[in-house]
Amino acid sequence: MQLLNYVQNNMSNIIRLTIEHLQITGISIITAIAIGVPLGIIVTRYKRLANSILATANIFQTIPSIAFFGLLIPFLGIGKETAILVLFLYALLPIIKNTYTGINEVSPSMIDAGRGMGMTNFQILRMVELPQSLAVIMAGVRIATVINIGSATIAAYIGAGGLGELIFKGIQMYRNDMILVGAVLAALLAVIADKLLGYVELKLTPKGTK
Amino acid sequence: MISFKNVTKKYGDSVAVNNLTVDLESGETVVLIGPSGCGKTTTLRMINRLIEPTEGSIYVNETDISKINPVELRRNMGYVIQQIGLFPHMNIAQNVGLVPYLKDWDESKRKQRVEELLNFVGMSPSKFYHRYPNELSGGQQQRIGVARALAADPEIILMDEPFGALDPITRATLQDELLQMQDKLGKTIVFVTHDMDEALKLADKIAIMKDGEVLQFDSPENILRNPSNEFVEDFIGKDRLLKRPEYIKVKDIMIKEPVTIRPERTLTQALEKMRLHKVDSLMVVDESGNFIGIATSNDVLENFGNGGTVIEITRKEFNHVTEDANVNQVLSIMAQGQVGYVPVIDDDKRLLGLVTRSSLVNVLGKS
Repeated sequence: MQLLNYVQNNMSNIIRLTIEHLQITGISIITAIAIGVPLGIIVTRYKRLANSILATANIFQTIPSIAFFGLLIPFLGIGKETAILVLFLYALLPIIKNTYTGINEVSPSMIDAGRGMGMTNFQILRMVELPQSLAVIMAGVRIATVINIGSATIAAYIGAGGLGELIFKGIQMYRNDMILVGAVLAALLAVIADKLLGYVELKLTPKGTK
Repeated sequence: MISFKNVTKKYGDSVAVNNLTVDLESGETVVLIGPSGCGKTTTLRMINRLIEPTEGSIYVNETDISKINPVELRRNMGYVIQQIGLFPHMNIAQNVGLVPYLKDWDESKRKQRVEELLNFVGMSPSKFYHRYPNELSGGQQQRIGVARALAADPEIILMDEPFGALDPITRATLQDELLQMQDKLGKTIVFVTHDMDEALKLADKIAIMKDGEVLQFDSPENILRNPSNEFVEDFIGKDRLLKRPEYIKVKDIMIKEPVTIRPERTLTQALEKMRLHKVDSLMVVDESGNFIGIATSNDVLENFGNGGTVIEITRKEFNHVTEDANVNQVLSIMAQGQVGYVPVIDDDKRLLGLVTRSSLVNVLGKS
């Protein structure tokens, strides 16, 4: 009862926080894709770079999120920008790693066939390597998105807003209804995003490789 | 024509292809064969510059290919590899039309060409156009692989063990289809295999390679008849020559000095000659060595009391062969005519020898 009342009375606020949550994760993921996929591709071309880039991305991944926020506050202050940067760095590793793995796993004979028929390097990337590693790259994007929707709740701690705000406030005020709304919505967002990306992946996967 | 001029390919210290100089004639199917690591695939891949030679040059129609943009060069050569060479994410039409697409043909021309090629390899466009490679059998996939290589009508087609992954029956079918296709199109085909039977079946010329060198480059027939050294002989398999009667020539097995008789001799003389040489028939030959016919002991005995000459009982309607005929032809003449011997005659009607059942048994029996 209390829960329903809370939702009814704070509808606009809940919606605002949900949108904010989506913004923070959305911007960080899209930036991570825009930078991570090309980095992943570059890494397959310059194998000597592979270890150092993957190791660096690995380091970001191992820092606990709350510590990561703490580390950046002295430099960037609090607020959305800091949160987005941290979430971006988190999303980077699964995307780079999966792009790298996906492209590396394309059978050499496929690339040989493409080259032998007169494809340029870029055509091999566009027409052979990317279509065939799409499923693996998309899996990386899905992992990154789900992790980020969860981590973004913590970003409320440094004033980034989002659903985490409901959870933290709820804890401070002993309000279970607020905690529940924030937590359930965040979980729901993660599940929906995962399903949605799964659908996108299916749509993008060429028919012959399903 | 594809010419290799002193081509060497080294990987570090190991030599993959050693000072190769060879000319591959236009319109011929040349099969490169040898044990693994002999350099046959390296040789093939140097033709479309997937591998660059360390030394030497390769010329296609007198143009040094190192002066041609590799992407352009490859678009003008067909390339077929084992069945995995089809792109699983592209449908059949996209796979077959790939090189035309890369060459920027407009869509209607591409579509027309794809349909033409699907018909050519015996796969109906209405059924297969929109299919994907994983919906096709291995044999169908490789037909598509061949169609794809033909797409831009290249003069040269490179095939790297294209039928290696197929079951023996499908492989044989595709080999037959390739032969038929080659009869119609007359492409220059360079074909790599490690299967000697495949090489003998498809090749106009075979290059047997070992340790980066061509040990023998010749027609299948000559390689079978005169292997240049022991390795080639072992590689062909010593029994293969004898297994294949079409490679045994009449001149190698015929009796060179058959028992002959002049047409004007008497039947008594004929009978005496048969008895002396222990034969049941005589070759009737005139004084200048021209073949007239055959006199058999039966005919001699039947007409013995009449006191005639050999010419009267000579059978002149007789199937004969030239010395370049092969054993298969002799066998079929014997089977058709129900005869035990076939005379060997040159273009001037001169008798050169005789093939009898027992001389055939001697040769074929060795295997």
